[in-house]
Amino acid sequence: MKDETIICRCEDVTWGEIRQALEKGYTTLNEIKRITRAGMGRCQGKTCQSILLREIAKYCNKKIEEVDVTTFRPPTKPVKLGTLAGDNDD
Amino acid sequence: MMIKKADIVIIGGGIQGCSIAYNLAKKGAKNIILLEKNTLASGATGRCGAGIRQQFGTKMNCILARESIKIFENLSQELEYDIELNQGGYLILAYTEKEVNQFKKNIALEQSLNIKARFITVEEAKEIVPPLNTEGILAATFCPTDGHANPFKTNFAYAEAAERLGVKIYTFTEVKEIETENHKIVAVNTDKGKVLTPIVVNAAGGYSGIIGKMVGVDIPVYSQRHQILITEPVNPLFRPMLMSFSRNFYCQQTPHGSIIMGFGDPNERKDGDIGSSWQFAQEMAQKMTAVLPLLKEVSMVRQWAGLYNVSPDAQPILGEHPQIGGFFMALGFSGHGFMLAPITSKLIAELILKERTSLPIDKLDIGRFERGELIHEPSVV
Repeated sequence: MKDETIICRCEDVTWGEIRQALEKGYTTLNEIKRITRAGMGRCQGKTCQSILLREIAKYCNKKIEEVDVTTFRPPTKPVKLGTLAGDNDD
Repeated sequence: MMIKKADIVIIGGGIQGCSIAYNLAKKGAKNIILLEKNTLASGATGRCGAGIRQQFGTKMNCILARESIKIFENLSQELEYDIELNQGGYLILAYTEKEVNQFKKNIALEQSLNIKARFITVEEAKEIVPPLNTEGILAATFCPTDGHANPFKTNFAYAEAAERLGVKIYTFTEVKEIETENHKIVAVNTDKGKVLTPIVVNAAGGYSGIIGKMVGVDIPVYSQRHQILITEPVNPLFRPMLMSFSRNFYCQQTPHGSIIMGFGDPNERKDGDIGSSWQFAQEMAQKMTAVLPLLKEVSMVRQWAGLYNVSPDAQPILGEHPQIGGFFMALGFSGHGFMLAPITSKLIAELILKERTSLPIDKLDIGRFERGELIHEPSVV
């Protein structure tokens, strides 16, 4: 994979940034998320998490199922604060 | 493999533990190890609101925060890592006469300590934050040098700088037991093996009470859940952290564009649970869309929670335990651990190395609760 390849489309995180974090020794999804913001955008990792798990597994010589996923955080999809607040305008 | 013997063992890989490790190593201390049961920044630091303010109601907190900001201002250079410091100020809103009076006292105190905070009118507040709904606001205070930094990056920056100076960091290593002999620390047992050490630093944040029990002492702190939510990134809307004690909220747009917000619920769980509740999201949305109506159109993308480690007077407990030689504490920060860490870590390092501390912190010892010398902080969310 090229360094310029975008892994997290919401937060514009490239493979180069992920590779650097891995090479520094940050080999958990939680650490990579915290350092690069991968998975913290609008889709909350629905696109990039599977790619990240695959690449972490490959880098660490592990099976994908041996790599811990991050905690699921609500909501499942973005919700307008006005809707949450009970605004009836929508 | 874990080493068998250390001069100093630090428990906790959050901002406290990592900054203490760095400051000790910077002063030339050797054989330091740091133990973290999960990953670095996995506890309160990685869950915090990231704010840094100097506007407090006690002299102690004002001085600590002022000195901390001075360190923050050069920290990216010092640690060779961009910690994304952004000094957009803190705008604290007064909604009640009682708050107006308290804020006048706070500002007099802050100005006497050379903190650049000032008392401002509602009109000035509206100029600083144009989307602000001023309904019910009587006055405000503003300190332009307050702000925030990236807590993850600050945490990793301290950890990596500490490692470059020889500190050994063991993640996924949980402390199970601490051995003492004649009221002195002798060893730490972990799930990865035993380390002999004369000094332990309890920087375990929300878990610091559990560490205290391992040496048989009762630390008067409790850990309470605090929840936060964050929105999608949007164009810049306002710069400072917006805060109110009586309406109970804080809210800030990060340089990245997302808006982070939280409040302290006195009825929140104290059982260690760090899940999220929909009730929080709903109440938070109601509070903030009332203050900043344009937020109605902005979407929340994530919510989470972390633990405040709260002391009886909402100020940290710093220093060696009087009954257990070599047992140092940096805990009970009551929600202000991230912002105070740069200075408190330096002070703790000085204490451990038996140097004269650069600020007097003897009044923050654990003994103050028995002596009845609490220094209660009135300005807390």
